[in-house]
Amino acid sequence: MSGIVVDLTKNFFELFQLPVEFQVNQALLSERYRELQKSVHPDRFAGEGERQQRIAVQYAAYVNEGLETLKSPLKRALYLLELAGHPVDLENNTVMDTVFLMEQMELREAVSEVREHQDPEAELDRLMAQVDQSVTDYQNDFAFLWQKGDEASLKQASAVVQKMQFMVKLSNELEQLESELLDD
Amino acid sequence: MAYSEKVIDHYENPRNVGKLDDKSEKVGTGMVGAPACGDVMRLQIQVSDEGVIEDARFKTYGCGSAIASSSLATEWMKGKTLEEAADIKNTDIAEELALPPVKIHCSVLAEDAIKAAIDDYRTKHDESAA
Repeated sequence: MSGIVVDLTKNFFELFQLPVEFQVNQALLSERYRELQKSVHPDRFAGEGERQQRIAVQYAAYVNEGLETLKSPLKRALYLLELAGHPVDLENNTVMDTVFLMEQMELREAVSEVREHQDPEAELDRLMAQVDQSVTDYQNDFAFLWQKGDEASLKQASAVVQKMQFMVKLSNELEQLESELLDD
Repeated sequence: MAYSEKVIDHYENPRNVGKLDDKSEKVGTGMVGAPACGDVMRLQIQVSDEGVIEDARFKTYGCGSAIASSSLATEWMKGKTLEEAADIKNTDIAEELALPPVKIHCSVLAEDAIKAAIDDYRTKHDESAA
Protein backbone atom coordinates (compact mmCIF):
# COMPACT_ATOMS: atom_id res chain seq x y z
CA MET A 1 0.00 0.00 0.00
CA SER A 2 1.39 3.37 -0.97
CA GLY A 3 1.59 5.22 2.35
CA ILE A 4 -1.25 5.92 4.73
CA VAL A 5 -4.33 7.03 2.83
CA VAL A 6 -6.63 7.54 5.78
CA ASP A 7 -5.40 8.93 9.05
CA LEU A 8 -7.62 7.33 11.70
CA THR A 9 -6.52 9.91 14.26
CA LYS A 10 -8.11 12.68 12.25
CA ASN A 11 -11.63 13.64 13.19
CA PHE A 12 -14.31 13.39 10.51
CA PHE A 13 -14.21 17.08 9.68
CA GLU A 14 -10.46 16.94 9.14
CA LEU A 15 -10.80 13.72 7.19
CA PHE A 16 -13.26 15.34 4.79
CA GLN A 17 -11.35 18.66 4.88
CA LEU A 18 -14.39 20.56 6.05
CA PRO A 19 -14.58 23.32 8.66
CA VAL A 20 -15.64 22.17 12.13
CA GLU A 21 -19.08 23.74 11.92
CA PHE A 22 -22.68 22.66 12.24
CA GLN A 23 -23.50 23.77 8.71
CA VAL A 24 -21.93 21.33 6.27
CA ASN A 25 -21.74 21.87 2.52
CA GLN A 26 -23.41 18.65 1.41
CA ALA A 27 -22.17 18.86 -2.20
CA LEU A 28 -18.60 19.20 -0.99
CA LEU A 29 -19.15 16.38 1.48
CA SER A 30 -20.29 14.02 -1.31
CA GLU A 31 -17.38 15.04 -3.49
CA ARG A 32 -14.79 14.42 -0.75
CA TYR A 33 -16.50 11.15 0.09
CA ARG A 34 -16.09 9.90 -3.47
CA GLU A 35 -12.39 10.83 -3.45
CA LEU A 36 -11.78 9.13 -0.11
CA GLN A 37 -13.79 6.08 -1.05
CA LYS A 38 -11.78 5.65 -4.23
CA SER A 39 -8.49 5.80 -2.33
CA VAL A 40 -9.52 3.13 0.19
CA HIS A 41 -11.50 0.78 -2.00
CA PRO A 42 -10.40 -2.78 -1.12
CA ASP A 43 -10.11 -3.62 -4.85
CA ARG A 44 -7.14 -1.28 -5.03
CA PHE A 45 -5.28 -3.51 -2.63
CA ALA A 46 -6.21 -6.79 -4.25
CA GLY A 47 -2.60 -7.78 -4.88
CA GLU A 48 -1.18 -6.53 -1.60
CA GLY A 49 -1.80 -9.30 0.86
CA GLU A 50 -4.31 -9.98 3.56
CA ARG A 51 -3.05 -7.46 6.08
CA GLN A 52 -3.22 -4.53 3.69
CA GLN A 53 -6.67 -5.59 2.63
CA ARG A 54 -7.81 -5.66 6.21
CA ILE A 55 -6.45 -2.19 6.75
CA ALA A 56 -8.22 -0.99 3.62
CA VAL A 57 -11.52 -2.34 4.95
CA GLN A 58 -10.92 -0.56 8.23
CA TYR A 59 -10.22 2.70 6.40
CA ALA A 60 -13.33 2.30 4.30
CA ALA A 61 -15.42 1.73 7.43
CA TYR A 62 -14.01 4.90 9.01
CA VAL A 63 -14.79 6.92 5.88
CA ASN A 64 -18.35 5.55 5.79
CA GLU A 65 -18.88 6.33 9.43
CA GLY A 66 -17.63 9.83 8.75
CA LEU A 67 -20.10 10.30 5.92
CA GLU A 68 -23.01 9.03 8.04
CA THR A 69 -22.04 11.35 10.86
CA LEU A 70 -21.55 14.49 8.80
CA LYS A 71 -24.61 13.91 6.64
CA SER A 72 -27.16 13.70 9.44
CA PRO A 73 -27.78 16.95 11.36
CA LEU A 74 -28.53 15.00 14.54
CA LYS A 75 -25.40 12.82 14.38
CA ARG A 76 -23.34 15.86 13.42
CA ALA A 77 -24.60 17.80 16.42
CA LEU A 78 -23.82 14.89 18.75
CA TYR A 79 -20.38 14.53 17.21
CA LEU A 80 -19.58 18.23 17.54
CA LEU A 81 -20.46 18.17 21.24
CA GLU A 82 -18.28 15.08 21.68
CA LEU A 83 -15.36 16.86 20.00
CA ALA A 84 -15.91 19.88 22.22
CA GLY A 85 -15.64 17.67 25.31
CA HIS A 86 -19.37 17.83 26.06
CA PRO A 87 -20.58 14.37 25.05
CA VAL A 88 -24.34 13.93 25.41
CA ASP A 89 -25.15 11.00 27.65
CA LEU A 90 -28.20 9.57 25.93
CA GLU A 91 -28.32 6.37 27.93
CA ASN A 92 -28.65 7.58 31.48
CA ASN A 93 -30.09 10.99 30.96
CA THR A 94 -33.82 11.34 31.33
CA VAL A 95 -35.37 14.57 30.18
CA MET A 96 -37.51 16.32 32.73
CA ASP A 97 -38.58 19.42 30.80
CA THR A 98 -42.28 19.01 31.53
CA VAL A 99 -43.57 21.38 28.86
CA PHE A 100 -41.54 19.59 26.21
CA LEU A 101 -42.65 16.17 27.42
CA MET A 102 -46.31 17.18 27.46
CA GLU A 103 -45.97 18.30 23.88
CA GLN A 104 -44.33 14.96 23.06
CA MET A 105 -47.18 13.08 24.74
CA GLU A 106 -49.77 15.01 22.74
CA LEU A 107 -47.89 14.42 19.51
CA ARG A 108 -47.54 10.70 20.23
CA GLU A 109 -51.22 10.51 21.07
CA ALA A 110 -52.10 12.23 17.79
CA VAL A 111 -49.79 9.88 15.86
CA SER A 112 -51.40 6.82 17.44
CA GLU A 113 -54.84 8.11 16.41
CA VAL A 114 -54.01 8.95 12.78
CA ARG A 115 -55.64 5.79 11.46
CA GLU A 116 -58.94 6.61 13.18
CA HIS A 117 -58.90 10.20 11.94
CA GLN A 118 -61.61 11.12 9.42
CA ASP A 119 -58.92 12.23 6.97
CA PRO A 120 -55.79 10.24 7.89
CA GLU A 121 -53.66 11.62 5.07
CA ALA A 122 -54.35 15.25 5.91
CA GLU A 123 -53.74 14.56 9.60
CA LEU A 124 -50.48 12.80 8.77
CA ASP A 125 -49.37 15.74 6.62
CA ARG A 126 -50.20 18.15 9.41
CA LEU A 127 -48.18 16.14 11.95
CA MET A 128 -45.25 15.72 9.59
CA ALA A 129 -45.15 19.45 8.91
CA GLN A 130 -45.25 20.17 12.63
CA VAL A 131 -42.48 17.70 13.47
CA ASP A 132 -40.30 18.85 10.56
CA GLN A 133 -40.71 22.43 11.69
CA SER A 134 -39.60 21.47 15.19
CA VAL A 135 -36.55 19.66 13.87
CA THR A 136 -35.62 22.72 11.81
CA ASP A 137 -36.14 25.01 14.81
CA TYR A 138 -33.92 22.83 17.00
CA GLN A 139 -31.25 22.76 14.30
CA ASN A 140 -31.28 26.56 14.16
CA ASP A 141 -31.13 26.75 17.95
CA PHE A 142 -28.21 24.35 17.97
CA ALA A 143 -26.33 26.26 15.24
CA PHE A 144 -26.75 29.50 17.20
CA LEU A 145 -25.59 28.00 20.51
CA TRP A 146 -22.68 26.17 18.89
CA GLN A 147 -21.54 29.43 17.29
CA LYS A 148 -21.56 31.14 20.69
CA GLY A 149 -19.47 28.27 21.99
CA ASP A 150 -19.15 29.21 25.67
CA GLU A 151 -19.69 26.60 28.38
CA ALA A 152 -23.25 27.66 29.22
CA SER A 153 -24.24 27.68 25.55
CA LEU A 154 -22.78 24.21 24.96
CA LYS A 155 -24.78 22.90 27.90
CA GLN A 156 -27.91 24.36 26.37
CA ALA A 157 -26.91 22.94 23.01
CA SER A 158 -26.76 19.53 24.62
CA ALA A 159 -30.35 19.88 25.84
CA VAL A 160 -31.40 20.99 22.35
CA VAL A 161 -29.83 17.88 20.81
CA GLN A 162 -31.74 15.65 23.20
CA LYS A 163 -35.01 17.25 22.12
CA MET A 164 -33.97 16.98 18.48
CA GLN A 165 -33.49 13.27 19.09
CA PHE A 166 -37.12 12.85 20.18
CA MET A 167 -38.39 14.75 17.14
CA VAL A 168 -36.20 12.85 14.68
CA LYS A 169 -37.46 9.59 16.15
CA LEU A 170 -41.04 10.82 15.78
CA SER A 171 -40.36 11.89 12.23
CA ASN A 172 -39.10 8.38 11.41
CA GLU A 173 -42.24 6.90 12.93
CA LEU A 174 -44.40 9.19 10.83
CA GLU A 175 -42.58 8.12 7.69
CA GLN A 176 -43.12 4.51 8.66
CA LEU A 177 -46.81 5.21 9.22
CA GLU A 178 -47.04 6.96 5.87
CA SER A 179 -45.74 3.92 4.00
CA GLU A 180 -48.13 1.70 5.97
CA LEU A 181 -51.07 3.92 5.06
CA LEU A 182 -50.07 3.85 1.42
CA ASP A 183 -49.95 0.06 1.52
CA ASP A 184 -53.44 -0.26 2.98
CA MET B 1 -34.80 -9.30 20.25
CA ALA B 2 -36.62 -11.77 22.40
CA TYR B 3 -38.69 -10.33 25.23
CA SER B 4 -39.13 -12.23 28.46
CA GLU B 5 -42.55 -13.70 29.25
CA LYS B 6 -43.13 -11.11 31.95
CA VAL B 7 -42.43 -8.26 29.53
CA ILE B 8 -44.83 -9.74 27.00
CA ASP B 9 -47.48 -10.20 29.69
CA HIS B 10 -47.24 -6.55 30.77
CA TYR B 11 -47.07 -5.40 27.18
CA GLU B 12 -50.17 -7.32 26.15
CA ASN B 13 -52.10 -6.70 29.35
CA PRO B 14 -50.74 -3.44 30.69
CA ARG B 15 -51.93 -2.71 34.25
CA ASN B 16 -53.23 0.68 35.22
CA VAL B 17 -53.09 2.50 31.91
CA GLY B 18 -54.79 5.85 32.09
CA LYS B 19 -54.85 9.31 33.48
CA LEU B 20 -55.61 10.81 36.88
CA ASP B 21 -56.64 14.41 37.38
CA ASP B 22 -53.30 16.17 37.61
CA LYS B 23 -54.98 19.25 39.12
CA SER B 24 -56.12 17.26 42.16
CA GLU B 25 -54.32 17.85 45.45
CA LYS B 26 -54.11 14.10 45.96
CA VAL B 27 -52.37 13.42 42.64
CA GLY B 28 -48.68 13.58 41.79
CA THR B 29 -47.58 13.47 38.14
CA GLY B 30 -44.18 12.42 36.83
CA MET B 31 -43.20 12.98 33.22
CA VAL B 32 -39.93 11.64 31.86
CA GLY B 33 -38.40 10.94 28.49
CA ALA B 34 -35.42 8.92 27.27
CA PRO B 35 -33.51 10.62 24.49
CA ALA B 36 -31.75 7.38 23.55
CA CYS B 37 -34.95 5.85 22.21
CA GLY B 38 -37.38 8.77 22.21
CA ASP B 39 -39.68 7.08 24.73
CA VAL B 40 -41.99 9.22 26.83
CA MET B 41 -43.62 8.14 30.06
CA ARG B 42 -46.26 9.69 32.29
CA LEU B 43 -46.74 8.13 35.71
CA GLN B 44 -49.29 9.36 38.21
CA ILE B 45 -50.08 8.50 41.82
CA GLN B 46 -53.08 9.25 43.99
CA VAL B 47 -52.16 9.51 47.64
CA SER B 48 -54.43 9.14 50.67
CA ASP B 49 -54.35 11.50 53.66
CA GLU B 50 -52.31 8.83 55.47
CA GLY B 51 -49.62 9.04 52.78
CA VAL B 52 -50.45 5.72 51.14
CA ILE B 53 -50.62 5.37 47.36
CA GLU B 54 -54.21 4.40 46.60
CA ASP B 55 -54.01 4.43 42.85
CA ALA B 56 -51.35 4.65 40.16
CA ARG B 57 -51.71 5.15 36.43
CA PHE B 58 -49.36 5.40 33.50
CA LYS B 59 -49.21 6.15 29.82
CA THR B 60 -46.05 5.26 27.94
CA TYR B 61 -45.15 5.74 24.32
CA GLY B 62 -42.20 3.50 23.71
CA CYS B 63 -40.98 -0.03 23.30
CA GLY B 64 -42.31 -3.15 25.04
CA SER B 65 -39.73 -2.92 27.81
CA ALA B 66 -40.63 0.68 28.61
CA ILE B 67 -44.34 -0.16 28.74
CA ALA B 68 -43.69 -3.22 30.90
CA SER B 69 -41.39 -1.25 33.24
CA SER B 70 -44.00 1.43 33.85
CA SER B 71 -46.83 -1.10 34.14
CA LEU B 72 -44.90 -3.02 36.77
CA ALA B 73 -43.98 0.20 38.57
CA THR B 74 -47.65 1.16 39.00
CA GLU B 75 -48.44 -2.33 40.25
CA TRP B 76 -45.69 -2.19 42.85
CA MET B 77 -46.51 1.34 43.99
CA LYS B 78 -50.14 0.69 44.88
CA GLY B 79 -50.59 0.21 48.62
CA LYS B 80 -47.11 1.50 49.43
CA THR B 81 -46.32 4.63 51.39
CA LEU B 82 -44.45 7.38 49.54
CA GLU B 83 -41.27 6.44 51.39
CA GLU B 84 -41.58 2.80 50.41
CA ALA B 85 -42.36 3.66 46.80
CA ALA B 86 -39.35 5.97 46.63
CA ASP B 87 -37.21 2.93 47.45
CA ILE B 88 -38.16 1.06 44.27
CA LYS B 89 -34.97 0.69 42.26
CA ASN B 90 -34.56 0.33 38.55
CA THR B 91 -32.46 -2.77 39.19
CA ASP B 92 -35.46 -4.43 40.89
CA ILE B 93 -37.64 -3.68 37.87
CA ALA B 94 -34.98 -4.87 35.43
CA GLU B 95 -34.50 -8.07 37.41
CA GLU B 96 -38.22 -8.83 37.73
CA LEU B 97 -38.73 -8.35 33.98
CA ALA B 98 -35.41 -9.98 33.01
CA LEU B 99 -34.50 -7.01 30.85
CA PRO B 100 -31.45 -7.42 28.62
CA PRO B 101 -28.60 -4.90 29.11
CA VAL B 102 -29.67 -2.78 26.12
CA LYS B 103 -33.08 -2.26 27.74
CA ILE B 104 -31.89 -1.31 31.21
CA HIS B 105 -32.51 2.34 30.39
CA CYS B 106 -36.25 1.55 30.22
CA SER B 107 -36.20 0.59 33.89
CA VAL B 108 -34.15 3.72 34.66
CA LEU B 109 -36.89 5.71 32.98
CA ALA B 110 -39.52 4.04 35.18
CA GLU B 111 -37.55 4.74 38.36
CA ASP B 112 -37.13 8.37 37.35
CA ALA B 113 -40.87 8.58 36.64
CA ILE B 114 -41.66 7.22 40.13
CA LYS B 115 -39.34 9.81 41.70
CA ALA B 116 -40.78 12.60 39.56
CA ALA B 117 -44.36 11.69 40.55
CA ILE B 118 -43.47 11.60 44.25
CA ASP B 119 -41.58 14.91 43.94
CA ASP B 120 -44.56 16.50 42.21
CA TYR B 121 -46.91 15.33 44.96
CA ARG B 122 -44.58 16.60 47.69
CA THR B 123 -44.04 19.93 45.96
CA LYS B 124 -47.81 20.43 45.73
CA HIS B 125 -48.15 19.79 49.45
CA ASP B 126 -45.19 21.88 50.55
CA GLU B 127 -46.63 24.76 48.59
CA SER B 128 -50.12 24.35 49.98
CA ALA B 129 -48.72 24.10 53.51
CA ALA B 130 -46.69 27.28 53.10
